[in-house]
Amino acid sequence: MFRSFRMFALCLAMLAASSLASPPTGAANQTVVVYSVRNEQLIKPLFDRFTAETGITVKFTTADAAVLIERLAAEGKNGQADLLMTVDAGELWNAANRGLLRPTRSKILEANVPATLRDPENRWVGLSQRARTVVYHPERVEARLLGTYEDLAKPEWRGRLCLRSSKKVYNQSLVAMMISAQGEAATETFVRGWVANLAAPPFANDNQVIEAIAAGQCDVGLVNTYYLGRMLQRTHSLPVKIHWATQRGDGTHMNISGAGITRHARNPLAAQKLLEWLSAGEAQQLFASSNMEYPVNPKVEIDPLVQSWGRYTPSRINIVESGRHQAAAVRVMDRAGWR
Amino acid sequence: MQAPRRASLIIFLTAAPTLLVLAGLIGAWWSPAGDALQHQWRYLLPEATLNTVVLVVIVSAGSAILGTLLAALIALTEFPGRRFFSWALLLPLAMPGYVLAAVFAGSLDYASPLYTLIREQFGWQLASVRSLPGAALVLTLTLFPYVYLIAKVAFESAASRYTEAATLLGRTRLQATREILLPLATPAILAATALVAMETLADFGVVAALNVDTLTTTLYRAWYGMFSLVTAQQIAGFLVVIAVVLLMLEHRARSAVRFREYGGNAAHRQRLSAWQSAAALSFIGIILSSAFLWPTVHLISWAREHFATDIDSRYFGYLTRSLLLAGSGALVVVSVASVLAYARRSGPGVAGRLLAPVATSGYAIPGTVLAVGLYVPLTQTLPWLQGTLVILMIAYLARFLAVSHAPVSAGLARLPSAVDEAATLLGSSVGERLQRIHWPMLRGSVAAAFVLTFVDLMKELPITLLTRPFGFETLAVRVFELTAEGEWERAAVPSLVLVLVGLWPLKWLAGKMPHAS
Repeated sequence: MFRSFRMFALCLAMLAASSLASPPTGAANQTVVVYSVRNEQLIKPLFDRFTAETGITVKFTTADAAVLIERLAAEGKNGQADLLMTVDAGELWNAANRGLLRPTRSKILEANVPATLRDPENRWVGLSQRARTVVYHPERVEARLLGTYEDLAKPEWRGRLCLRSSKKVYNQSLVAMMISAQGEAATETFVRGWVANLAAPPFANDNQVIEAIAAGQCDVGLVNTYYLGRMLQRTHSLPVKIHWATQRGDGTHMNISGAGITRHARNPLAAQKLLEWLSAGEAQQLFASSNMEYPVNPKVEIDPLVQSWGRYTPSRINIVESGRHQAAAVRVMDRAGWR
Repeated sequence: MQAPRRASLIIFLTAAPTLLVLAGLIGAWWSPAGDALQHQWRYLLPEATLNTVVLVVIVSAGSAILGTLLAALIALTEFPGRRFFSWALLLPLAMPGYVLAAVFAGSLDYASPLYTLIREQFGWQLASVRSLPGAALVLTLTLFPYVYLIAKVAFESAASRYTEAATLLGRTRLQATREILLPLATPAILAATALVAMETLADFGVVAALNVDTLTTTLYRAWYGMFSLVTAQQIAGFLVVIAVVLLMLEHRARSAVRFREYGGNAAHRQRLSAWQSAAALSFIGIILSSAFLWPTVHLISWAREHFATDIDSRYFGYLTRSLLLAGSGALVVVSVASVLAYARRSGPGVAGRLLAPVATSGYAIPGTVLAVGLYVPLTQTLPWLQGTLVILMIAYLARFLAVSHAPVSAGLARLPSAVDEAATLLGSSVGERLQRIHWPMLRGSVAAAFVLTFVDLMKELPITLLTRPFGFETLAVRVFELTAEGEWERAAVPSLVLVLVGLWPLKWLAGKMPHAS
């Protein structure tokens, strides 16, 4: 009896000693849990580096935004997630709107991320920018004729425009930002014009839009630039070029991939540390360049290929508007018959 | 407890996971959803409903005809290479619909090399596969093996004496097949066609890749685009109603088929003449090349430059986890489906008529809606289930019960209850009856159920995606990760592994099936 008690005490002592032996920062056994819409191949290398540098482990799972948001809501206090990471501002807006994210004041994030790419109530921040703009076939389109997104609704583009399906959130966000700038009625007129100009039924993804332009099925299209970047890496001779479209009275539509700390985060400080780490330096550069996106942090260098596409004027409207008007955008696209 | 009451209770229990999801869908009808549904009715739902109905009709009819023809050819005739094609025709099962759709969209559209060549050489403008007929074609090519497999089991276990008797009565082989074997196989064909119809109702991957608007895409539009899960659930409820009606019709039609038969030797296969064999082979060849061979070659060409960089030790993990999930999932689903089929047989009351179709209607609910519909109530009431495989298994059960139930119940339907009565009179126990009479006769059906479910689970995405534990990546999850931002070429690598691994259980099945020889 006594012996077993001694054994037990010894075990306890060893356990205590081992926990005392961990670094005084307390970081060693910390874990940040991330629910991510951004793919594994774009986040895992960064998380591994973060762990190597800080000792904080990152656990993550991926799925569609709508699904992860329902999951967060259902798990509530019992949930494990500290961070929700998405590839669209509207999705973050939705999560924040449902009270699933908490405000975080961070001098570092405020310094690194421009105000238009952050939630005005500090519940989420952008971590990379994704430009959605006009691409065209240089032999069949004179670049000087290209202007705004709205210009693509003009009759001279009849039968020459290719669009991706309006089911994709990237198009919904673009239209939502147009609604924010010029109202629903005007936006609907332009969207109707686009639909009237379609050369083919909308495509399932941006790659197909680019391929259709290259093959001559249409002359212009709207895509996220990184899709073109990826294709240019494989085929240098692709006859598709980027035009930096502006919105009337505003700049190019820059969506974000971003993240926010969850309402019931168990480890909000470590999650904040991860956000701050991702917003600066090499991590920020890698976060953007691994998918040929634009960094949010203006001090960070842009990938050379991406840089070769030239300078653009980004939209000055806060990206939060894309979430606020997303449902209205879907209705506009439905009414206009954009499938 | 009385046998019928016990049967009702069992049916209720097997239906419980689906009922939980349905409760949420029904609840949605009483939830305030603003005017999202009205908006959808005005602009989307009429066309989407029409497209869905047309798609279900074409795909069901196409799969039923194609599957039955091929099954009859393989089961009732003899020609060179028949044994090989007997299992090779199952190969399209291994090809996920969303992958086939991507391959078709990449090669049968304006920008594809083939269309470009034809346009430049002949000046022809060919129709794009990104259309309703295109979606019907892709779905038929992925779903016909359900009918083929289940009908083949039925044909092969059909007794030769029927055909012999018919021949003695002066009927030709063709007449005998049409008048006797076809009615005998009808329950099986109907059950399989109902599966095809439900899978088509719930499909999102194929129609999204080809940009065809159906009820499913409309549902996701309301949820993902307008943030209205309630509207999505309302539309999903509509899908379930269609499915339950289909299943009840199927069950009625099946009960109307009076033929029952028992064991015996299988039919002698009729040897085809040289030109008949050539015709049969080219028919099978066309189907197999378009549904499997050509898409596989296409995937290889996509995957070529990524094999070296993408295949590493992680794939061992993806593969193991895929096999583990699909294997254990199929085991669970087949067991419960068999219990359900037996309960339904012994207690054909209200529960059997109404509750059993409900239990299997989960197959018509789009996977994501079903996954969320189960995950939300389960984690709220039993938070400790989070991150375990229990929720995953319950969700698999709710969604795939139909896939296992169809072949097993079709097999049971061929087993006359007189056999059981005779056995009971002879004083044999239930266990003895199951082991000595039922199992030998049902073996083929159970094996078919296992393989269909296994292959479906290998390809399954939404449920696995939502409920998997941290870091529990499978091949299907890997495909999702790579396609989420359109990296189809890279996604071809896990897709190929998925297809190739799917082959092994099919090969194994071919060995297990009761060969009529």
